[in-house]
Amino acid sequence: MKKILFLVSLLASTMAFASSGLHLDTAPTNLSDQQSLQRGAKTFVNYCLSCHSAQAMRYNRLQDIGLTEEQIKDNLIFTDAKVGDTMTNNMSKKDAKAWFGAPPPDLSVIARFRGVDWLYTYLRGFYRDETTPNGWNNVAFDKVGMPHVLNELQGEQVLQVEKHGEHETQKLVLAKPGKMTPVEYDGMVADLVNYLDYMGEPAKTKRMTLGIYVLLFLAIFFVPAYYLKKEYWKDIH
Amino acid sequence: MNSLTSLLGWVDERFPLTKLWKEHLSEYYAPKNFNFWYFFGSLALLALVIQIVSGIFLAMNYKPDAGLAFYSVEYIMRDVEWGWLIRYIHSTGASMFFLVIYLHMFRGLIYGSYRKPRELVWIFGMLIYLALMAESFMGYLLPWGQLSYWGAQVIVNLFSAIPFIGPDLSLWIRGDYVISDATLNRFFAFHVVAVPLVLIGLVVAHIIALHEVGSNNPDGIEIKKHKDPKTGLPLDGIPFHPYYTVKDIVGVIVFLMVFSAILFFKPDMGGYFLEYANFVPADTMKTPEHIGALWYFNPFYAILRATPPMFGSPLPGVIAMGAAVMVFFFLPWLDRGAVKSIRYRGTIYKVAVWLFVVSFISLGFLGAQVPTPLYTVLSQIFGVIYFAFFLLMPWYTKIDKCKPVPERVTG
Repeated sequence: MKKILFLVSLLASTMAFASSGLHLDTAPTNLSDQQSLQRGAKTFVNYCLSCHSAQAMRYNRLQDIGLTEEQIKDNLIFTDAKVGDTMTNNMSKKDAKAWFGAPPPDLSVIARFRGVDWLYTYLRGFYRDETTPNGWNNVAFDKVGMPHVLNELQGEQVLQVEKHGEHETQKLVLAKPGKMTPVEYDGMVADLVNYLDYMGEPAKTKRMTLGIYVLLFLAIFFVPAYYLKKEYWKDIH
Repeated sequence: MNSLTSLLGWVDERFPLTKLWKEHLSEYYAPKNFNFWYFFGSLALLALVIQIVSGIFLAMNYKPDAGLAFYSVEYIMRDVEWGWLIRYIHSTGASMFFLVIYLHMFRGLIYGSYRKPRELVWIFGMLIYLALMAESFMGYLLPWGQLSYWGAQVIVNLFSAIPFIGPDLSLWIRGDYVISDATLNRFFAFHVVAVPLVLIGLVVAHIIALHEVGSNNPDGIEIKKHKDPKTGLPLDGIPFHPYYTVKDIVGVIVFLMVFSAILFFKPDMGGYFLEYANFVPADTMKTPEHIGALWYFNPFYAILRATPPMFGSPLPGVIAMGAAVMVFFFLPWLDRGAVKSIRYRGTIYKVAVWLFVVSFISLGFLGAQVPTPLYTVLSQIFGVIYFAFFLLMPWYTKIDKCKPVPERVTG
């Protein structure tokens, strides 16, 4: 018995050390905030969609986040796409590979792969690095092929490494301000990540709402079922 | 009512409908002392039905084509009416099926349900488990994500470790030199037609064999020993219907509540039911950082990884993994205990079962981790305990001091 306890405690202690690596900032997202989702969608079609696609996402699905088809057509479609089309772009794979080293990934379900916290950290984590081919690097994605597309908004960050004895801490410092203040920029990225989260699973909000009703129904159904069983089993001893 | 009865009579003269109903439900006498653990048999059947029905609807919209598969799943998630619900039912259902099956097997283990005369019930059950593993493995390729692809690549490559025929065998399974469109198509055919047919056949055989010998119970004694002299019915038996049907409805509702809580609020179960890395389309040129198994295969995966290779060949690991599954088949003959149920076994057996449970769960945890030297050593220790549980069973069950078994079932 002691041996098991020892092994279990050993296991528990190794579990604690297992997680390591990058610290992710918590993304302040909220799928029920339609204003935020709409702002995020706008940023998405303006900045992301020129290189990335979202081939599982139809423009008219954006009615989910409180937009009309007209609004979608007028404000969010910059190509000759129809409102029922999916969000594709015209960049050829060959060009993309030549420009960025690898074709930019489709973003339909990127939030489901990376998670919102990673995306929030990544989109705020670009810094100048002259050693990389495109002059940018990222705290969340070392030597990333993507240049800092939101550079004009955020400005330019540099990575400061401070040494405290054995420890080394890395800090991003804004060297050249952009059009937005850091607070505005973080808010804009939060909206964008919120939108990516929505786009990863458009039915998520509906799913959770429906789930409450399903569980309520089952809870109510449980009562007669339980008493039916009791009634039948009265005579069994 | 009269016309219904005469219709039933008409049918009964041509098909044993009433006879089947009586044999398997209204006059199938089950022990009256079934406890919590006995819910999982009927729940496994429910899980099978859920998978088949949701699977049919998925197959209506899914495209088994390497170029289309990934986004056809997303099409189901977005554009198919209630498609997200169907897909989550199927993905959650797969994990719940394994959960229920493991609990069902554990019940068989602790109450000695595999012992004479139920060896065939157990063997049919194990064949169901094997078919289920194949079903799950091939189904997991279909979403065509990175882990679908590389998981299949790793597992099919294991077959190449078999001496002489290995490389040809794995080529034959894939239908190509790597996992490809040809593999996807044949896995789809197996997943939706071949394996489900086998599964249903085995489930029928499992139930027929069970109803032939009668159910075991938590006391591990035979209720057929004590029959009412007048009616010839077991004194401790009650008709499955209505007693266990009404009881199982309660179990079904609780099961569906757990099922729904996961499905509607955490369908990916934090990356265990739907893995995050599988939301990236399969890329034949890019191996993912960490290729894991599905959570329900992790104990075996841990054994595979922890077994040291021999002459650079992973064959020992493959054999160990295979043995870890197949060893269950031999339980009826490994167990030499004087009693069936854990209730009347001695301390040795109880400790052995606990050690087995701890090692199985720990191996499950370890199989999910990125291997480190420490984890490998831990996996080896738990792997040895795992096998010792089975291989030493003839010895420790024999020397174990069992308690006397009651004549009639207890509460």
